[in-house]
Amino acid sequence: MAGFILQRLWQALIVIVTMSMLVFAGVYAVGNPIDVLISPDVTQDIRAAIIAQYGFDQPLWRQYLTFAGKLLQGDFGSSFVYNMPVSQLILSRLPATLELTLLAVLFASAVGIPLGMYAGYRPHGKFAKTVMALSILGFSVPSFWFGLMLIMVFAVQCGCMPAGGRGATESLLGIEWSFLTLDGLTHLWLPALNLGLFKFALMIRLARAGTREIMLSDTVKFARAAGLSEYTVLRRHVLRLIAIPLVTVFGLELGSTLAFAVVTETIFSWPGLGKLIIDSITSLDRPVMVAYLMLVAFLFILINLTVDLAYLFLDPRLRKGRA
Amino acid sequence: MRHDSPVARFWADFSRSPVAVLAAIVVLVIILLALCAPLVTPQDPYDLANLVLRDARRAPGYVGTGGYSHWLGTDSQGRDLYSAIVYGLRISLQMGVIASGSAFAIGAVVGCAAAYIGGRFEAIVMRIVDLQLSFPAILLAFVIAAVLGQGKYQLILALVFAQYAYFVRTAHGAAAAERQKDYVEAALSIPLSSWHVVTRHILPNAMPPLIVVATVQVASAIALEATLSFLGVGLPPTEPSLGMLIANGFQYLLSGRYWISIYPGVALILFIVSLNLVGDQIRDQLNPRLQR
Repeated sequence: MAGFILQRLWQALIVIVTMSMLVFAGVYAVGNPIDVLISPDVTQDIRAAIIAQYGFDQPLWRQYLTFAGKLLQGDFGSSFVYNMPVSQLILSRLPATLELTLLAVLFASAVGIPLGMYAGYRPHGKFAKTVMALSILGFSVPSFWFGLMLIMVFAVQCGCMPAGGRGATESLLGIEWSFLTLDGLTHLWLPALNLGLFKFALMIRLARAGTREIMLSDTVKFARAAGLSEYTVLRRHVLRLIAIPLVTVFGLELGSTLAFAVVTETIFSWPGLGKLIIDSITSLDRPVMVAYLMLVAFLFILINLTVDLAYLFLDPRLRKGRA
Repeated sequence: MRHDSPVARFWADFSRSPVAVLAAIVVLVIILLALCAPLVTPQDPYDLANLVLRDARRAPGYVGTGGYSHWLGTDSQGRDLYSAIVYGLRISLQMGVIASGSAFAIGAVVGCAAAYIGGRFEAIVMRIVDLQLSFPAILLAFVIAAVLGQGKYQLILALVFAQYAYFVRTAHGAAAAERQKDYVEAALSIPLSSWHVVTRHILPNAMPPLIVVATVQVASAIALEATLSFLGVGLPPTEPSLGMLIANGFQYLLSGRYWISIYPGVALILFIVSLNLVGDQIRDQLNPRLQR
């Protein structure tokens, strides 16, 4: 078992190092960042001095080694555009993305699971069919298009919701949050709905499939025979049994929510990490791009590693066989 | 027992679902429109000589300087939106088909090779594929498109990279199942060459699941392309796909000129949903567990 864990850690390490090389080499190939940094009319001397200061005159492999060495100390360098350390910049944008993601996931499960359970409980009813059609739409419609529709209906046609931005924020533990103010909440609502749509469709599907299966099992027959009300059967027995796959998928999907946040944040001009990366790509802000990509890669490797280790504890076959 | 050709049997099953038939018709009509774009549109939207700025941002139904009505309105440069959508569909379709086709070819070759050769090669390939499948496709495509920069070939590369793993996985699963069967052992003991067995026996039998994945992946490639172009990391402005049309209209959405964004989007969704419905039907038909 220790061998298995070590093997997975080793693999994760290889993936991280490979990713850092790929990201560094790839980002280096995009344009020449020096043109962004200095105006074209400076003298050759100043130009050469700045190039030397950033180390752009060094060969690529040496730049990578310097970069990797700093990376190990948690130093991502400074943003060319914002002129502040990248780690600070990312930390300042993180809360906005975090609250957006959490609200989206919360909405998807709080609304999606009951709807899916009902659709599985009465699979042939009209309501169940409507719910399923809704989930098919949720899978097919591209996220950015749904966002545009939300803006058009709620912000342009009815005018009851703001079309973008974060609204007023309130400070908690030294961090600015939108969900603490009423204005912030109205700004948060549409992007969260947009971001949560795919997960919402997914939760409906999973909850429906699980409920259909478990409604046929002996557990439910006995619970009914014991005289429990249908509501109690669903809540106490069915929900508990379908919770395991739901939680697994939920955890895995947290990462992809972060990926889709790029789209949602761009549409609603939500000042989070996704907006930051899009802005830094258009302005060739190299350190920010590298740091973001590394952060995402690291996050995914962490999630996968956690899932693998969790299975290890849940599934005794893995523990014996692969050790 | 009927003795129809496989195609006739396939169609007999397929036509039992009216929704799927309707979706297939929509897909065919859209493909035809896209292929014959110059013949079915009133103007070439990217010939600058045709554009009159006075016609810009007109509502649907407006009769422009050209003397014909713009049924879907015009965009910010006076382009007929219907023509722009048909030409955009052309580019979107092209990207989707090229990207998914390449991913299909790579996936089929690598997947079958992994299943046939087995051993360490199979283990390494499948481990890489599994690892890649644990990342969302949109993130991979986004990262690669961002790293490579704007451009047609860069985008195709990004889409192929985001998609090939699904094909490898599917081809490997199907081919590994075929590899175990007696007829493959029999063919190898005649002896036929490995190449002959893989290309003539294993690959054709692994095709059905690959075709299902392909329909779904074409749809997802088109959606992905539109998303990336909308975000500004996809196609350059000289290759305006549907995603870019939608992005260009986005700024006018807030001032109530909805048609510049909405109609390209409707075309996009119609196409994607229809493709998915056709793919769903084919999957149900090819799934032996659902067969009567």
